[in-house]
Amino acid sequence: MYEKDGQKYFVVDSHVHYWDGRPENNKNRFGAGFTACFYDYHKNLSPEEYVWTPEKFGAYTEQDLVHDLFEEGYVDKAIFQPTYLSDFYVNGFNTTERDGAVMENNPGKFITNGAWDPRDGEAGLKKLEELHARWNLQGVKLYTAEWRGESRGYKLSDPECVPYLQKCMELGIKNIHVHKGPTIYPLNKDAFDVSDIDYAATMFPELNFIVEHVGLPRLEDFCWIATQESNVYGGLAVAMPFIHTRPRYFAQIIGELLYWVGEDRLTFASDYAIWRPKWLIEKFVDFQIPEDMQAEYGVLTPDIKRKILGLNAAKLYGIEVPEELQIKDVSAETQPVGSSPVPVA
Amino acid sequence: MSVQVAQHAGVEADVWSALDTVRDPELDESIVDLSFVTEVEVDSDVVSVRLRLPTYFCAPNFAYLMVSDAFDAVTRVASGRMVRIRLEDHFASEEINGGVSSGAGFEGSFPGQAREDLAELRLTFQRKAHTACLERASAQLLTNGWTIESLAQSRLSDLPDTPQRESLLRRRADLGLSIDPAQPMFVDGEGRPVGKPDVASYLRLAKTTRVSIEGNSGICRGLLKTRYGEGTTAGTLSAVTSERTSP
Repeated sequence: MYEKDGQKYFVVDSHVHYWDGRPENNKNRFGAGFTACFYDYHKNLSPEEYVWTPEKFGAYTEQDLVHDLFEEGYVDKAIFQPTYLSDFYVNGFNTTERDGAVMENNPGKFITNGAWDPRDGEAGLKKLEELHARWNLQGVKLYTAEWRGESRGYKLSDPECVPYLQKCMELGIKNIHVHKGPTIYPLNKDAFDVSDIDYAATMFPELNFIVEHVGLPRLEDFCWIATQESNVYGGLAVAMPFIHTRPRYFAQIIGELLYWVGEDRLTFASDYAIWRPKWLIEKFVDFQIPEDMQAEYGVLTPDIKRKILGLNAAKLYGIEVPEELQIKDVSAETQPVGSSPVPVA
Repeated sequence: MSVQVAQHAGVEADVWSALDTVRDPELDESIVDLSFVTEVEVDSDVVSVRLRLPTYFCAPNFAYLMVSDAFDAVTRVASGRMVRIRLEDHFASEEINGGVSSGAGFEGSFPGQAREDLAELRLTFQRKAHTACLERASAQLLTNGWTIESLAQSRLSDLPDTPQRESLLRRRADLGLSIDPAQPMFVDGEGRPVGKPDVASYLRLAKTTRVSIEGNSGICRGLLKTRYGEGTTAGTLSAVTSERTSP
């Protein structure tokens, strides 16, 4: 919970990692390159006093994680999003099991999501059942750019995904987090294109599709599909830290998202340990759309911030929110302008 | 300065100018402006160019387009010298550099992993670039008192002579759309005029496209700086794998 100027905010950090980025876990140069790439994001967009060394970044501990999220970071509940990358790392980068162990050591603080990969066929479906039985999954994180042997990734519109999405429905795993990366099969297509998510979201209206980093670098494509599909959400990992380095750009992103997607379908995330929630939350609560942009984008009210920081994700995951931290006026649910059937001016 | 050295220097300047016409298709900016070019070397037989990108995992299809466009642009001014373009510090450097120099094409450079060449990808991003330029030009005109109606009715000849007009014409030419002054200004990526009732909503999504492209450019510039430091010194990370994360 974060409190500022008499306003209280319930905080769900809906995308956190507990990875093993130590050099000895690298299977090959791709693992080293992947961790280095994450580190550059961390270093480029964090305030200086929050920048770690590459060594610490690769090998932070469970104590660091718990401290940074819950002791200094105001987080009430954090959701683990695993990223296996088994072709890059000996023991995987950030697996359900590794996350789940931390969850069990810290009761009440975490939710552990699982993962699946459509290229695993029948065996993968069985593995998903086992993961669900062990960790009581409510969500999965899919990394469509994941390499598997010669394959450089997949799309959610591939027919092999259908049985997995059906299995999720059957098991009650209703939150599908989709994270796009720079590769895909076939490589000649735009790997960041999100139209495959549109396809899956139409086919499975009972499932929620949370598009990680709000489709960046294809914000426009994400906004467009989110206006069409009411079960498509935007996860703000990677978008949040621009609040520090490029606040006017952050205002534009948030303004565009509020216009097209609306305040009820955006969820806060730090992408820990790439960024730490403490400064993101403090800056976000202090943040306002610059005056010269307000005519177009409006302003961020405390209720909009409450929804984004925690209440929207709490709804998706059935997280209990203390009475005093809920929004009093429930009629506050609003339609984004960009989704309205009336032509926009 | 010997005649030969002077000739090489002349070619070198031409090579830089040629590289300046090569754009990152995703960011719609010159690879020289983006500091992706770190070195040009010219001798009697060979022109060598070194390129770098903001991350080890930048999408290989866009990387391929830049290397191959750089190869074509430099070949045109190399006066018969062999051209060698080397993309460094990228996970697919070997496939891309080898594929471009041998003329294998994208599909041939990534056997089994690609199904076609990159014409469709390039077209998609040329359309996005056109959309963003059209929005920039329109926003400026609206600020100067134009209306939605005048945008819908105007011809290219109505556009004031501004950098925005130049940008728009260039993107139209890239797409093979007419730049005849009598042609309508407000057309979509396929050259179809957008009618007055649709101009405002077209501009609204176009703005999101522009914000997205400009934002990506900022991200990429920032990551490049973090990866290599200020300036254009090449190769500080030539061994990203061993220097960055190995013990």
